[in-house]
Amino acid sequence: MTASLMLFSRNRLALAGGVVLAFVLLLALAVPLMPLADPDVTNTANRFRPPLSEGALLGTDHLGRDLLSRLLWGTRLSLAVGFAAAAIAATIGAAIGVIAGFYGGRLDNVIMRGVDMLMAFPYILLALAIVAALGPGLLNALIAVAAVNVPFFARNIRGITVGLAHKEFVDAARLSGLSRPQIILTEILPNVLPVIVIAMSTTIGWMILETAGLSFLGLGSQPPQADLGSMLGEARAALISHPHTSVVPGVMILIIVMSINLLGDGIRDALDPRLKSGALSRPMAATRVRRRTHAPEPGLEGILALEGLETEFHVGPRKLRAVGGVSLAVRPGECLGIIGESGSGKSVTALSVTGLVASPPGVITGGAVRYRGDDLIGAPYERLRAVRGREIAYIFQDPLSTLHPLYRVGDQLVEAIRAHQKIGADAARGKAVELLRDVRIPNPERRISDYPHEMSGGMRQRVGIAMALANDPEVIIADEPTTALDVTVQAQILSLLDDLRRSRDLAIIFITHDFGVVAQLCDRVAVMYAGKVVEEGPTKAVLAAPRHPYTARLIACVPELGGGRRRLEAIPGLPPAVDRLPEGCAFAERCNKARGVCREGHIPLAQEGDRAVRCLFPEESPAREAAE
Amino acid sequence: MGGYILRRLLSAVPVLLGITVIVFLIMALIPGDPATAILGSYATPENVARINRELGLDAPLWRQYLIWLGNMLQGDFGQSFALNRPVLDEVLERFGATLILAGTAFVLCVVLGVVAGTISAANQYGWADKTITFAVLLGISIPSFFLGMMMILLFAVRLRWFPVSGMWPIYGTRDAAALLSHLAMPALALAVVATGVIARLSRSALLEVLRQDFIRTARAKGVHERSVIWRHALRAAMVSILPVLGIQAGFVLSGAVYIEIVFQWPGIGRMLVDAILRRDILLVQGGVIVVAACYVFFNIVVDVAQSLLDPRIRT
Ligand code: SF4
Repeated sequence: MTASLMLFSRNRLALAGGVVLAFVLLLALAVPLMPLADPDVTNTANRFRPPLSEGALLGTDHLGRDLLSRLLWGTRLSLAVGFAAAAIAATIGAAIGVIAGFYGGRLDNVIMRGVDMLMAFPYILLALAIVAALGPGLLNALIAVAAVNVPFFARNIRGITVGLAHKEFVDAARLSGLSRPQIILTEILPNVLPVIVIAMSTTIGWMILETAGLSFLGLGSQPPQADLGSMLGEARAALISHPHTSVVPGVMILIIVMSINLLGDGIRDALDPRLKSGALSRPMAATRVRRRTHAPEPGLEGILALEGLETEFHVGPRKLRAVGGVSLAVRPGECLGIIGESGSGKSVTALSVTGLVASPPGVITGGAVRYRGDDLIGAPYERLRAVRGREIAYIFQDPLSTLHPLYRVGDQLVEAIRAHQKIGADAARGKAVELLRDVRIPNPERRISDYPHEMSGGMRQRVGIAMALANDPEVIIADEPTTALDVTVQAQILSLLDDLRRSRDLAIIFITHDFGVVAQLCDRVAVMYAGKVVEEGPTKAVLAAPRHPYTARLIACVPELGGGRRRLEAIPGLPPAVDRLPEGCAFAERCNKARGVCREGHIPLAQEGDRAVRCLFPEESPAREAAE
Repeated sequence: MGGYILRRLLSAVPVLLGITVIVFLIMALIPGDPATAILGSYATPENVARINRELGLDAPLWRQYLIWLGNMLQGDFGQSFALNRPVLDEVLERFGATLILAGTAFVLCVVLGVVAGTISAANQYGWADKTITFAVLLGISIPSFFLGMMMILLFAVRLRWFPVSGMWPIYGTRDAAALLSHLAMPALALAVVATGVIARLSRSALLEVLRQDFIRTARAKGVHERSVIWRHALRAAMVSILPVLGIQAGFVLSGAVYIEIVFQWPGIGRMLVDAILRRDILLVQGGVIVVAACYVFFNIVVDVAQSLLDPRIRT
């Protein structure tokens, strides 16, 4: 609640709206106390006096009546009618909604049918029909506007009541013997009240506009009484000769409605939790780069080399270090596995390579990503775009959400091809069919016109792979590509990737949480924990004799290598939150060999031949016998 | 596809019947002797007798409704007493003018709103976004009738770009150019509110979509950001924008009533207001039912468009 208030007070526009509205409301309340001319006294000798004339600050209208006085009285009337209409519509609508939602069944059905029926009208037709039946007049206009808005409230409140009707506290009230009306009053109503208030705050502006509108048409307040709408309606005849009589009430309506809208938006935003986390920010075309230091000197060999890569998420005042200085390299024809729990930073590492980390909140804060020696971090957008899909391609986890749901897979393939190759649509289409054949999709000529939802999970992932191959890239980064698939399909996809790598001399970075998959496919493996590489080496050697206690645990968790999908949750404890990384070894909390020195200061990744480990007390080689 | 359209059309039948029931019931609310109330100052004894016979007012309510419905189905909406011509003729003639105005405004507000919302989302928190957001706020807060009046002052009286009001020049030829110059201001004034609403909605729909995984895929393919936004994201966002267009069409149609008054456009809104002030009830009834039916039909078109856009709901 305080967070909402904070957010609201930071919203200066909403605050301004609130202040203006409060001022207008006060003014409207104080009108009878003010020394104003009688709004209805006509004085035709004094017609159309311009604003700022003596005795008439805003001038006079076509009957010589004081405009300021009429404006304030009219404002009072308009506000009263608008608020009354909103209150009536909210009360009746909410009552209908609560009853329909709470009783359910036939009653609900009949009521909601009726509500749908009313919503099938453009609102003004209904309002006009009601006014036609009741006759013009302010009260009738009020009834019409309220009636037109009842369905809106009824529908909203019903939805919420349906959700509430099956909550435990309602059941408890039922069991305790309360009657249904009692439950509605004591349990349901207090819970829907805030929703009613919010709905009112967003519609009240409309109600004022609508009643003003009916009065403008001459169907609302009747002379000599005037609200803002009828003032404007009467002034219309003299619009061209004496515009000020129109401008005065018109601007007042604008001010009132605008301040209400600002305030309503502010309230809505303050109550919408998604805005608080900044989650509704749009990810930019490339991840933001704010390197704290210069890019490190090139040191690693390989077609793609990550050196000291650092990526953070900036969420409000918090800085989450998702990737804390990762160095890795991959050579053509080689497959490098990156393994770790979810949250270890392995996916963020992969996405950082071509600037695909959602930003905001992602920021690359250090390191270099060298493709053929060229640093991609901080490269201009066009350069990144030329690399993406052409040199470095991705395969993502769940192809149902990573393929566009509204385009045929063929069109998506053709697009991938034509993003980098200047060839005609027909040629691209032919190539797309070839690609589908390459990834062993049967009947590619037919499947090419399928939508993603019409394919099986395995087929979809093949499409994902075909898309990655579209431009013969040098490097493929596969981010858990088989996690969503069942075991047999997973095996097929893995062997497909393996074949492709051999036949096309591809460098593959394969991200997974499954050592079984790593064992099947990868030449080398890097184990990540809390944003850092804790162990690296040839897959066989690491599996046979893990050095880092964490790696050892991971391997111990896999009862049988290559057996398919297994989660790593079997290790007790959780990885540390990456905004509160402990001093020293991040694994210390969960490590049974941890000693005092482990928590003191940075522990470097110690290189030893083709292996590396980040641990002060590495395992000797206990897993060797187990592997044999 | 054909089956879907057919089913959707059939489902409109109960809605249409419901509309006639509601209109009938509202009209049954009229206090006092209905015939006199309907006729107002035209309540000569012959006319009263005629109305009573026409509406079968001695029969119970449900029979009155059936008779009334039967007559309407045969195209007999009764006679306008004020205008002394069949209601249906007058309604259809006036509705044509409204369709030109509201249709133009609708196209305007969809195009402008979606484009503005997309630009706004693509430049979130940038100056374009802030400008558009503020303009949208202004647009949805200003009463369209007031906006129309101010446009007349500025563009017709001061700058003399457009004629002050009406649909056709009083003298001179009735060609497309004449219609366009008369149409420009009212269509724009009518489009403003809905443009604002659609822009707002498009912005948030797009922001929602831009966070989806398939957008990242498009970027990973090396697709240019321009087509990431205008092809991938917008297409997906349209799925949630489209249903609201049906509702907005209702608002445009509603706003047309005010705009027709301000610009003296000879449409059905002005006809309805005049008819209400003259207590020409049969004309109101006919007008409301024809417009409401048209609106229901339009919503079916929106639904069909939705199913064309989204293959997942096509069955
Ligand atoms: S450094 Fe210490 S705490 Fe960390 S893994 Fe090695 S032994 Fe365990």
